[in-house]
Amino acid sequence: MPTLIAPISGWGHFPFQSCKLERPERYADLRPAAANLISRGQGRSYGDASLNESGFVLLTERVNRLLEFDVINGILRAEAGATLADILDVIVPKGWFLPVTPGTKFVSLGGCVAADVHGKNHHHDGSFCDHVLSLELILADGSHVTCTPEVKSELFWATVGGMGLTGIIGEVTIKLSPIQSGYMIVQHHVAGNLEQLFNHFEDSAIDDRYTVAWIDSLATGKDLGRGILMCGHHAAHDELRPGFRDSCKARHSHAIRFDFPEWMLNPLSISVFNALYYKREARKREPYLSVYDPYFYPLDAIENWNRMYGKRGFVQYQCVIPDAAAFEGIRNLLEELSGSRRPSFLAVLKRLGAQGKGLLSFPMAGYTLALDLPVRDEGLFALLNRLDQIVLQHSGRVYLAKDARLSAGSFRAMYPRYAEWLRIKNALDPENRFSSSLSRRLGIDQMEAGRGSRE
Amino acid sequence: MSEAVLILGATSAIARATAAAFAARGDALYLASRDEDELRRIAADIHLRYGVVVHHGLFDAEETDTHEAFFKSVVTAIPNLSGVLLAFGYLGDQLEARDFSVGERVIACNFTGAASILSHCANYFELQKRGFIIGISSVAGDRGRQSNYVYGAAKGALSLYLQGLRNRLYASGVRVITVKPGFVDTAMTFGLPGMFLVASPKDIGDRIVLSLGKSADVVYLPWFWRYIMFVIKHIPEPIFKRMKL
Repeated sequence: MPTLIAPISGWGHFPFQSCKLERPERYADLRPAAANLISRGQGRSYGDASLNESGFVLLTERVNRLLEFDVINGILRAEAGATLADILDVIVPKGWFLPVTPGTKFVSLGGCVAADVHGKNHHHDGSFCDHVLSLELILADGSHVTCTPEVKSELFWATVGGMGLTGIIGEVTIKLSPIQSGYMIVQHHVAGNLEQLFNHFEDSAIDDRYTVAWIDSLATGKDLGRGILMCGHHAAHDELRPGFRDSCKARHSHAIRFDFPEWMLNPLSISVFNALYYKREARKREPYLSVYDPYFYPLDAIENWNRMYGKRGFVQYQCVIPDAAAFEGIRNLLEELSGSRRPSFLAVLKRLGAQGKGLLSFPMAGYTLALDLPVRDEGLFALLNRLDQIVLQHSGRVYLAKDARLSAGSFRAMYPRYAEWLRIKNALDPENRFSSSLSRRLGIDQMEAGRGSRE
Repeated sequence: MSEAVLILGATSAIARATAAAFAARGDALYLASRDEDELRRIAADIHLRYGVVVHHGLFDAEETDTHEAFFKSVVTAIPNLSGVLLAFGYLGDQLEARDFSVGERVIACNFTGAASILSHCANYFELQKRGFIIGISSVAGDRGRQSNYVYGAAKGALSLYLQGLRNRLYASGVRVITVKPGFVDTAMTFGLPGMFLVASPKDIGDRIVLSLGKSADVVYLPWFWRYIMFVIKHIPEPIFKRMKL
């Protein structure tokens, strides 16, 4: 297969690395022809999970066929390169929805499995892989294997959340979730500080199938953690006013065609934006109707919004703090952040439900905070290391799909099931053919794979 | 009346995109190629995305003695066949094609195979007094160049063949369109040096289907290739033969 050598990056535009790209168009060409290879779907992980500096990157974007859709039972089988957008276009008109969706629909199905993504409904419905019925994998020896939570379950739970390191994900079968309309009933709840926000999250009278909170990351002192909890659920027939057509048109999308100059995002501009946003969104205290698309995917309306952060890109820092220490941990993180005066354009807080069985899966019962931080200088990485320490003190972890800089030591401390995962990985892939910039940075490299452990 | 289109060489990126564009306007499809597994995948995908009926069957351009039976099975499956897209092609390696055993395959696929299956299509549509034939040729067929003259010669012959068919079938009301794509972002060009102004398969596919509603007989895609090739065709031979193209 022809190879294109080019510098590529994840969604955060940091880092850029030169990789050897291959782009199969046939399913039979999804195979580990070269040693040192990682799959890449839409490149929507933020850091270096889909990069492989000086190694091979298998682009799966053309192996994206939808193969089977059981409209009665809501079961869909597709090739891993298919995007959630492709799937939604087909399933929503038939009364089905994705059981779990991340904040963009421009991700591949394979990426959703490899990162075991979660959505705003994790506290009710679990992560993506709780709805995966089966996977077809192409292993290091080129063989095709089907695994499910029951059959070859060890392989299944090592692959979900396994960042593409157990094999090439070829096909995915998922169980969909029924909906009665393409609309959402949404309601906002204002919180003047972090304590109120947590109270909202814990209040079962407020809770809904989907919940997520936007936080004003620059608010300090008594306002620290002020934000808006946005709750929603799929509108049932009887919740729709007559006159609403039961369909959802694609939105017009705007594109950012150049990197914004870095001075545009600064503490002042962001605090002005946050104040305006807080005021505007706080008005929506009564339930209102929204089409599903802008509700789930607000940023998809702006193509390449990542370029807003300027040429040097940004890091998304997403961590989870377990329930017991969540309030204190999140407060410490926000204090550290606002003390640094580094503007985070986006700060999002979500509640997560119980930990799943994916050995390297991110979610655990607790609260997850996500921050977008532009890369401007080395000081950012010192701040992020301090955030890691806070996360570790509270027994939390950092999300690998967003990560570009976590240390190998912190990774091991955050993912206690890593040793079990590594045992399976070594048995499946003794030559460590599947490897990425992320796996090497986290110390999942050849030496360790060959000799068990080097520590 | 609903249309039904036969796609020959249905597993290439351009063919897949064009099939999707036909399906998007509601046409039924018959997908044909040598690769059964890919055919099944693409057929399922187009059916799920666009809700149209999609048949598929095995077809090998180089096995010309099977073409008559193949075409019969197509019109049995879809009696209202209204058009054909000829999308198969074989670039080969030009250095290897200097060895005629390799070059012969390039010609067998791109020209002999095409002429064979198109003869059956043309006879059928001529009798029906309706239909269209869209042949994907190449800008490489517009002038012989050292970098790909075997492929270029075969595609150039295909262009002439289509031109002749157009002339013959005009009286029967059958449309014949020659499509000449420039660089398209497919497996054929991925990673090749010297690519510029590369078009997406989707763009090419959409425009191929749109060309049916327009009057042009020879369609360069994207359009500016008409002017690039105009210049290339008009370089005097004494100069052209010295150039490294």
